[in-house]
Amino acid sequence: MDIRRDVFQALADPTRRAIITLVAIHAMTPGAIAEHFDSRRQTISKHIQILTECALLEPRHEGREIFYYVNAKKMKEVADFIEPFRNMWDDRFNKLEMIMKKNKPQK
Amino acid sequence: MERKTKIHAEDGKQDLVITREFDLPVELLFQAYVVPDLVEQWMGTKVLKLENRKHGSWQFQTSDAKGNVVFQANGVIHEFVPNLKITRTFEMENSSFAVQLEFLEFESLSADTSKLNMHIVYRSIAMRDQMMQMGFAPGLNMAHNRLQSVISKLNKN
Repeated sequence: MDIRRDVFQALADPTRRAIITLVAIHAMTPGAIAEHFDSRRQTISKHIQILTECALLEPRHEGREIFYYVNAKKMKEVADFIEPFRNMWDDRFNKLEMIMKKNKPQK
Repeated sequence: MERKTKIHAEDGKQDLVITREFDLPVELLFQAYVVPDLVEQWMGTKVLKLENRKHGSWQFQTSDAKGNVVFQANGVIHEFVPNLKITRTFEMENSSFAVQLEFLEFESLSADTSKLNMHIVYRSIAMRDQMMQMGFAPGLNMAHNRLQSVISKLNKN
């Protein structure tokens, strides 16, 4: 898999978005990232590889370890970021509405 | 399905406004923000502390499927007017993101509908854009499965 990856394709996957969110909070080693998921370590490695190939993640060697950082410059190139942000809030509010309807006192 | 949530984010500004209309009376919408058990259900995060009053503070924590803490956030409440408004700060712990200021306004549209207006002010334009680009939903992303199970449990009732 040495095709140059498309950023949008890379961000389309929920696990990869979760990895970016995690690493955005603080830089992590691949092992620490994998710890947060139920998937096999190889699967997570593959996701990290895809994110690195399209430069959304940046590996940095620190001593014996490799830490992954979010490449803020690359993230900036994602032009249409309002739509995914809106969808995220919309999904969240849909859940709020659904949960509160269940909690509605019976008349 | 039509998206009911609207985002107003002008270029070159360090704030944004999120608005959404709900098929819920304003009292129920407000409850979703103040009753810890309900907050946990829709936000997919654990509520460690939620003091619903002026000068009160709050703290949320999100764990992944394995129970590791992924995210912790806290803030203080500056204004608290039931069924009308909450003004609060939001800060992610152990991160490089600066604290943000949130103005939440609740409005009754009819006996069964209401509207939420959420105005968020970030420290800088760059910070606002970065938060949006990362699609920050720390609670939701990681605790998705747990949330789904809560909802399906509710549906069974």
